[in-house]
Amino acid sequence: MTTTPAPPGTTTLALSGVTKRFPTGTTALTGVDLAVGPGEFVSVVGPSGCGKSTLLRLASGLEDATAGEVAVSAATTSYVFQDPTLLEWRTALRNVELVNELRGAPRAERRAAAQAALDLVGLTGFEMQHPRQLSGGMRMRVSIARALVAEPDLALFDEPFGALDEITRLRMQTELQRIFELKQFAGLFITHSVSEAVYLSTRVLVMSGRPGRVVEEIEVPWAYPRPPELRYEPEFAALTGRVSAALGEHS
Amino acid sequence: MSGVETVSPTRAADDVRDEAETLDAGPRGTLLARVLRTVLVRATPIVAAIGGLVGIWYLVTYTVLSERRRFLLPPPHEVVGNTLTNSVVMDPMYAALGQSVQVALVGLLIAVVIGMSWAVLMSQARQLEVVLYPYAVILQTIPILALTPLIGIWLGYGFNARVVVCVIIALFPMIANTFFGLQSASADAHDLFTLNRASRLQRLLKLQFPAAVPSIFTGLRQAAGLSVIGAIVGDYFFQQGSPGIGGLLRLYVLRLSMDQLFMAVILTALFGVVVFSVFAALDRAVLGRWYGTGRH
Repeated sequence: MTTTPAPPGTTTLALSGVTKRFPTGTTALTGVDLAVGPGEFVSVVGPSGCGKSTLLRLASGLEDATAGEVAVSAATTSYVFQDPTLLEWRTALRNVELVNELRGAPRAERRAAAQAALDLVGLTGFEMQHPRQLSGGMRMRVSIARALVAEPDLALFDEPFGALDEITRLRMQTELQRIFELKQFAGLFITHSVSEAVYLSTRVLVMSGRPGRVVEEIEVPWAYPRPPELRYEPEFAALTGRVSAALGEHS
Repeated sequence: MSGVETVSPTRAADDVRDEAETLDAGPRGTLLARVLRTVLVRATPIVAAIGGLVGIWYLVTYTVLSERRRFLLPPPHEVVGNTLTNSVVMDPMYAALGQSVQVALVGLLIAVVIGMSWAVLMSQARQLEVVLYPYAVILQTIPILALTPLIGIWLGYGFNARVVVCVIIALFPMIANTFFGLQSASADAHDLFTLNRASRLQRLLKLQFPAAVPSIFTGLRQAAGLSVIGAIVGDYFFQQGSPGIGGLLRLYVLRLSMDQLFMAVILTALFGVVVFSVFAALDRAVLGRWYGTGRH
């Protein structure tokens, strides 16, 4: 198994024939092929336990594939966890600063970048708050700001909105879409919400139950920005229906 | 978060304090002001408890004991009256208490430094943990009373030996709590540091150590309480040089001077309560600041 830079231009992340078996003997993924390019936002939906998160861990290099190839051509990869994973003793600003701090960036520079990232996620004025003083949605915004502050070419999202309430969740989807339109990174987004996948993505991948593999690939045609009301249009329902049907068939 | 925590009376105290904070400077007074305020609010239930104890004391003296046996537990006012105003009695007691305070503080400081270093070492490699942890457990399980006479034989019966007793008794909570804290950062947080290619030192200083701060303060509070016990045990066994309060306790028992014995017991109890309260207040004040909240 190797992690080699792919030829520039075409794909930022490419998995070909990737299989992951854990030492315990569980096969999480088998024969997974997928490619994500710049300006593409790809969602992966699948039943729980189908290895969606494993997919992200492979893409980020946190885990190695048992077989197959993971090729990443991104200079910077960022990762948004399911939990905001903020350092509780740091203010929002200092949490966002962390990434560039670990890379040894000068203080003034990393502070300015962190401020810009917080502004981008709509947290201007909350820089000096600690995570415990922020709501769940705001904590996730800080987490997204921290992922964006390094200007990633590849952004990986592991069900970031799974724990949020419905209202906050819909608002965060709109926000993320706006940010994606602005930054045009290659996005790989794990979710168990079909509607979220369709609303956010340029492409939706459907995975089967364990061992997970990609069983269906559905293009989402609409241009960004997509209005929130799109969710109530018949063609949106038709597409979510197709994704749900694919899910039902293979789980 | 914390090991030992008083429950019901502090709830009300918390509310009072919060009220006070909203009324004046808000949750961000100076650290000293916060510590003082916490001490004050925390002290109220302790003072009430002391009042209760004095009541029980009177009750036992006058209802349980017959007049002939009352010398076993003279009433509080006699104890205080016969000692507190008599500088011939009190001066050596204060001096001894000062000596014990010194032993306890030096012992605590050494235990903190050794305990934290020990925990950091264990946190850095699984093999180090496997090698070092059993020593901590042995240290914890050997009864200090079994070890103390040996320490005396090896190190003499003065200040150093007393400090060593303190260190041995206070070390384990520092090791255990710091180690627990260093491991308390979530797997995701560790992944975050891995993804950003953090060095081992960065991981220790920017993730593990800050995450351990609450546990370290819990350990500090426990170790402080134990170092008081260590100082008094050390005093009791080691009588060379200027005596500590534990040394005087033994002397008063031998002489059967009950008033002085009770006064010395009261002083050691106060010593323990003050040390515990100061560290509990420090704990709360620091953590409130640490998480940017007025309370935790």
